[in-house]
Amino acid sequence: MDYQHVQVPFEITLWIMLASLAKIAFHLYNKLPSVVPESCLLIFVGLIMGGIIYGLNDKSPPVMDSDIFFLYLLPPIVLDAGYFMPSRPFFENIGTILLYAVVGTIWNVFGIGFSLYGICQVKSFHLQDISLLHNLLFGSLIAAVDPVAVLSVFEEIHVNEKLHILVFGESLLNDAVSVVLYKLFRSFCEMSTIKTVDVFAGIGKFFVVGIGGVLVGLLFGMIAAFTTRFTKNIRVIEPLFVFLYSYLSYLTAEMFHLSGIVAIIACAMGMKRYVEANISLKSHTTIKYFLKMWSSVSDTLIFIFLGVSTIGDNHEWSWSYICFTIIFCLIWRALGVLVLTFFVNRLHVNTVTSKDQFIIAYGGLRGAICFSLVFLLPEFPRKKLFIAATTVVILFTVFVQGMTIRPLVDLLDVKRKRESAPTVGEQIHIRFLDHLLAGIEDISGHWGQYYWKDKLEYFNSKYLQKFLLREYDQPKSSIVLLYEKLERKHAIELVEAGQLIHEPSHTSLLVFVDSHRSTVVVKESDSMNPDVLENIQKILSRNLYRIRRTVPAYNRHNLPGESGTAEQAKEILILRHRSLR
Amino acid sequence: MRDGLSELPPIRDPQSGADHAGDGLKYDLQGIGALAVNPLGDRIINAFFREGEEFTDFRAFMRVLARFRPVEEGKSKETGYPEPMNSRLSKLQFAFQLYDQDSDGKISRAEMLQVLRLMVGIQVTDEQLACIADRTIQEADQDGDGAISFEEFATSVEKLNIEQRMSLRMLK
Repeated sequence: MDYQHVQVPFEITLWIMLASLAKIAFHLYNKLPSVVPESCLLIFVGLIMGGIIYGLNDKSPPVMDSDIFFLYLLPPIVLDAGYFMPSRPFFENIGTILLYAVVGTIWNVFGIGFSLYGICQVKSFHLQDISLLHNLLFGSLIAAVDPVAVLSVFEEIHVNEKLHILVFGESLLNDAVSVVLYKLFRSFCEMSTIKTVDVFAGIGKFFVVGIGGVLVGLLFGMIAAFTTRFTKNIRVIEPLFVFLYSYLSYLTAEMFHLSGIVAIIACAMGMKRYVEANISLKSHTTIKYFLKMWSSVSDTLIFIFLGVSTIGDNHEWSWSYICFTIIFCLIWRALGVLVLTFFVNRLHVNTVTSKDQFIIAYGGLRGAICFSLVFLLPEFPRKKLFIAATTVVILFTVFVQGMTIRPLVDLLDVKRKRESAPTVGEQIHIRFLDHLLAGIEDISGHWGQYYWKDKLEYFNSKYLQKFLLREYDQPKSSIVLLYEKLERKHAIELVEAGQLIHEPSHTSLLVFVDSHRSTVVVKESDSMNPDVLENIQKILSRNLYRIRRTVPAYNRHNLPGESGTAEQAKEILILRHRSLR
Repeated sequence: MRDGLSELPPIRDPQSGADHAGDGLKYDLQGIGALAVNPLGDRIINAFFREGEEFTDFRAFMRVLARFRPVEEGKSKETGYPEPMNSRLSKLQFAFQLYDQDSDGKISRAEMLQVLRLMVGIQVTDEQLACIADRTIQEADQDGDGAISFEEFATSVEKLNIEQRMSLRMLK
């Protein structure tokens, strides 16, 4: 038997197998996932595994290597999040998200750092050897909200979309800030004297890291979109390009000490639109399922390793420091959310209610990123205390906050995600109001966020699409193709979901180009027939005129872009002309 | 209305090109390009003008725009005072008026069909449209009279966030 030969891949596969089997086991017992979030169960499994290993070997089990975490486990999760990020709610709330992510994180870091330093001054706690800088360093790694933990908990509680995107967007974007602060304080720890110019350099670095990450991501996204333009004859490897380019953007950003998470998000969001238009339907399905699978495996592994790494000799316990860390994390987060939301609500029509604020503050879960960062700290006498504190905070947030957030959401009656599709009447009224608002905006000459959206659309249709979309030599036909492909995709999705019974027809909004009539026959007798209802929904979703500017009503199946408005406009003008006669 | 008018910020006056100083021509509003290709363009324009008239003045113009001011939170409902122009109720009334062209207080099946026909492409046949209109009325109609009254309309849109949908931030 030659175990040494296969040891490494064998053990890796065994861990992944354990993770997946654990997942199956949880979902077999139906009631469990609704009470205890998956992340808690996985950490628990990890704790058991760690205990077993410790008992068997009588030494600390393998601690999760930070490199493995940052290079292999984290990117799939972030890519999955970025690729399937609903871009409309994200960009509509981008101001709020950025405010929470940047200002909120800085507030938390300094708040926690300074207050812990204050605690360290108290003589009876025997903590006086921890300097201010060390406290700030600790603050910088513990303050950031973790996207992995947030994703796994919020996915199960189905809050309304805006709330979800606020917490989730914040957890993704605060990476830039926390990376800068962490590296800054770490380098300060190693320097003997700190000059003010260093502080300013740090502030400048933040902009470089954030914006640089976005630029790197967009660059790779555009290259990816351009590459998929030529993949018509080798459909099989199309998904591979998406993964490769995204991963490259992450690695490149990390190489230049920019924010990898921001880069990969920018890459995914930037390329999605063009790639979707260029690749085949099967490739799209492949991408979707592979991303989900990878991110699920990563997610599970991370939590199990968290559990395993908790057991061991890495900890130094100090009741006071640890308890106060937890308390300060909660207090500063709550204060931060309160203050920032106060400013946000003054500027926006769309206010963040106090219930939402509570959930945002309570949903600030810490996770594996803090854990990995604390292991990366340079060796100094109190490192084990920090490790212990981080572990306790993570376990506290995941177990206590993760388990109680669902009952709290129910108790506070927070607005939930719409489970049911809007009724026909509601759909019509929504569209009616959208048209009305668009008209009023035109009359009043209002240039709001929709102005910039229009400008971006214009830039997109004039320059980008020519470059990045295949078959753009005849603009009209490419619009038709795009429409047909998207409608086909939509129809196939409906069929797969078991909702459509009739064969989808090729009606499109472009009346003058595509002459297929709708083959759907609607029975007049029985209006309450679900069959008929689906047909109605289908007709409406395809045939209602697109509004020029859309009001925040996100629908995952909405066709992106404003292509086809010329034909729609022509149609409307002709109808009006006829009616005026 | 004194309050609303004086508080509204100055806006680009689309009527500035009119020959009649200070008065707005329906003709000018119809000249706004983007409005011409809005399916509800005509109805929106007509909302600014009184029945049959071709001119409107600045006050009447503002009266319509005032409906779209964002709702102020925290303002207690004082009974006895007239309903503020930008409250949810007023916004709903304005929307209802756009549906109900003959102002009989109900959206009849014919009126619903008219609106649907305006909003939907010519691909949809009349019988499909009739089915959709029937379905809409059926969903909203509670007293079974085959038409949607204002209360029924308000109930059917209660899940939609009217205060935020029908507000322009600029008018705050």
